[in-house]
This record gives sequence, structure tokens and C-alpha cells, in this order.
Amino acid sequence: MSPSALNEHIVTSYEDELTLLARLISEMGGMVELAITDATTALLKLNHELATQVRAADKKIDEMQHRIDDLAVSVIARRQPMAADLRMVITAMQVASDLERTGDMAKQLCKRAVQIESLSLAPKFYNGVKHMTDLVARQLKAALDAYATRDAAAAIDVCKRDDEVDAMHTSLFRELLTYMMEDPRNITQCTHMLFCTKSLERVGDHATNIAEAAFYLETGRHLNAHGEDVPAEDEE
Amino acid sequence: MLAGKVKMTQVSDTAPTTPLAQRPIRVSASDVTVHYGAKQALFGVSIDIPDRAVTSFIGPSGCGKSTFLRCINRMNDTIEGCRVGGSITLDGEDVYSPALDVVELRARVGMVFQKPNPFPKSIYENVAYGPKIHGLARSKADLDEIVVTSLRKAGLFEEVKDRLHEPGTGLSGGQQQRLCIARAIAVGPEVILMDEPCSALDPIATAVIEELIDELRANYTIIIVTHSMQQAARVSQKTAFFHLGKLIEEGRTEDIFTNPTKKQTQDYITGRIG
Repeated sequence: MSPSALNEHIVTSYEDELTLLARLISEMGGMVELAITDATTALLKLNHELATQVRAADKKIDEMQHRIDDLAVSVIARRQPMAADLRMVITAMQVASDLERTGDMAKQLCKRAVQIESLSLAPKFYNGVKHMTDLVARQLKAALDAYATRDAAAAIDVCKRDDEVDAMHTSLFRELLTYMMEDPRNITQCTHMLFCTKSLERVGDHATNIAEAAFYLETGRHLNAHGEDVPAEDEE
Repeated sequence: MLAGKVKMTQVSDTAPTTPLAQRPIRVSASDVTVHYGAKQALFGVSIDIPDRAVTSFIGPSGCGKSTFLRCINRMNDTIEGCRVGGSITLDGEDVYSPALDVVELRARVGMVFQKPNPFPKSIYENVAYGPKIHGLARSKADLDEIVVTSLRKAGLFEEVKDRLHEPGTGLSGGQQQRLCIARAIAVGPEVILMDEPCSALDPIATAVIEELIDELRANYTIIIVTHSMQQAARVSQKTAFFHLGKLIEEGRTEDIFTNPTKKQTQDYITGRIG
């Protein structure tokens, strides 16, 4: 049974708690989206001040995760949620965990941003990083929207598009290898950039996880590794 | 005609592990309707109850779940103006066949009620009564054994072994309910119907009964009507949701409580207005 067309609970305070949980997820999602785009800006402009701001904001993201977990645990303990409500509470904890990890990825980018001395590779590469960031940010936003609106079809789209992120990561990885082979003086910066592109690729994976949670929230079913709907097996 | 003699159920320690859908069907209802006079209480209920599993019936008050439960061992026969339509079979035999011996049916399909209702007799007599009237014991020793075994299966023996001849009504509520379960078990039923068996008990006594239900399903097919959705979720493998006299949805308990397919079921189990 799809939860998108449900009536309100008889108990108003229960309804309010579930609404608050959904609102906190949206809020945390917004914070993390901003962290990722800001972190890439800090990296590509070597803006140390912005990097410091993103790292400070990460503490707020962590606090938000604890707030969501505490509320979810409290709802489970006091309300014993069932069916779509139970899925909502459980996925809220999963999504909060993925968002917290995504926040950590932003922090990683900022850590590299203050260690890199100059941006001496071909501009094409930095454009590629910017492009990859735009793509994962779009994926993250689409996954969070699918979660908020409980849109199973949109969730599947996000999962399917993760291949593009992976392809872009592979392409940037190869490009970095070329720069390193061309001139060993590039190795330090390229190594930093390898970690950065890996972090962005991981953000894509977290976006996929959030989309999978959105699909499960709406349908009660799981997507397989290829982003396809898997029918349940009958067992006791 | 139901098979001649009432026999003790074969004893096993563990519940079967076969998936529910592959279990033999113990009770099968097809298009069952119930009228109380002019008022229709049940509308075309069809459901299969799998062997040696716990099936729970849930739904709001007046939804027909107890009415349906009482059809299975013909307890509704005693209510004036009550008419039952459709068919219910136990192991393939029609429960409403005129040739059927209702007393024997009720030995095969035991029942435990909401309020513990021990007879105003000793603990021993409460359990021994059924086997005596059904002629299940050939000697006093036989009867003693049935009483002890039944009390053990109901998880009560250790608590009452020194006072078997004291009144059953002197026990605590939870103990009285287990005494009623022992009394039902004593005549060797295949199916045990439980109508809100824990609603008059405190949470600890409830947990003891739930543990007992879980043990009993190794040997008996159990059908339980409960107001507590958490209880249905805890004890049963199959759940059926009734609303306004209709069976809305039935399926594996896990599916019903995590992902029901009907909106009415979802609304009811999540505490929304149906």
C-alpha cells in the first residue's frame, strides 16, 4: 500500500512527530547539498575561508543526524509505528546516515582544498570536476525530492543515472593518471584530486542509497543492484 | 461425517518451517455469511487457515472477526436468529453438515475465551472433565497422565503441581487462562480458537501466554482474535484484517504489518481513520 495517499492519524501528536521527522530530513538534505557545492567551490578556487566554513557546518549536520535518530527512536518506542509509518521512521534513520556520510565527503574535499598549493593541471580537468559536482548535486537533490514526495519512479531514475557518475569518475581518474605520467611534479596535486573525485563518486553512491530508501518507503519493496524492482519471495 | 474417535495430536517440539503457502490447509472457509436476524454481520468471507501456524484476525470492534471465529466451531449455533451461509471445512469435511456431531467438533476445535472461565471445580477436575466425557481415559492413571501432560503443555504444571485439588478459580488471571488452555488441550484438539485471550491480563501474564502460543503452534493450528495489533504482529504468522463484516485483506503477518496492499488495512494498522 502506497503511503502517498494516506489520511491523517487519529492521534495528532503522532502525526506531528512524523511531519517533524520529514521536515528535519529536508532541512538536513538542504544543508548537505549546500556543503557539497560549497566544498567543490572551495576546492576549485582554493578558497580556504569557504573550506573552513564548510567544515564548521559539518558539525551542525552531525547534530542534525543525532536529532533525527533520537526522534526516530522515540517514535518507535512510544508509538510502535506500523506499515508505511514504520518504513518512514526506519528510512529516515537510513537517509540521515547517508546524508551525514555525504557531509563527511564535503569535509574531505575541504581538507584537500587547504592542502593543494596551486591549480596547475589543464583547465579541462577542473571543468570536469565541476561538471561531476553538478551531476552528483543533481542526483542528491533528485533523490531527496523522490524521498520527500515518495516518488518511486523518480527514485528508479536516480539509481539508473548513477552509472553516469561512475563513468565520469573513471574518466577523471584516467586523466589524472596521464598528468602524473606526463610530469612527476603533478603527482602530489593529482593524488589529492584522486581522493576528491573518489569523494564525489561516493556522494553519488549515497544519493543512490537515498533513492533506494525512497523507493522502499513508497512501495515496501527493494531495488536490486541494477536499480530494478525485485518481487518478494514467499517464506514464513 | 467427522472421523470417528477424537485422538491426541501427534507431538512435536518444533513448529514446521515450510512456507505458509505450502502448508496443508486445516480450515477452509468459502463465501461465509452470517445474519443475526435481519442484520447481516459477515459478507462472503473466504480464507484458508494453514496447518500448525498461528493465524490472527484483527479489525475494529464489530468488524465480524469474533463472529467468524465462532463459526468455525459452531458456537454461533447457540445464538437465536443466527444464520450461517457458505461453507467451512475442517480437513476437507463440512463443519455444518447435518451428520456432524457438534460435541466432537468442539473437541477437535477447542476454544479459549476473553475472560478466563474455569469451572468452579478443582484444577485437576477442570482439565479432567473433557477427557472424561469424551471417554479418552481408560483408567485413573490414564486420566492423571492426560491432566499432567495438558498442564505441562499449557506451562502451568510447575506452578500448580502441589495444589491440583484446589479450586481453579483461586488462581491468578494469567494462570486461569493457562488452565483454560490446558482444558482445551486435554481433549486433543487439532485447532484452538482464542477470542481475545489476553485482554483481561497484565503485560507479564500476556507475555507468558504469547510464549505459550508460540510453543503450541508446533502441534496445533491456532486462530486468535485480538484487539492488539502488536500482539497479532508478535504471535501470528498469518493475519487477516476484517472491516464492517468483510475480510479486507489476508496474508503473511510480516507483509500485513510492513506493507499491506489495501488502503483500509493501512489506515487501520497505522492508526488513521479508516
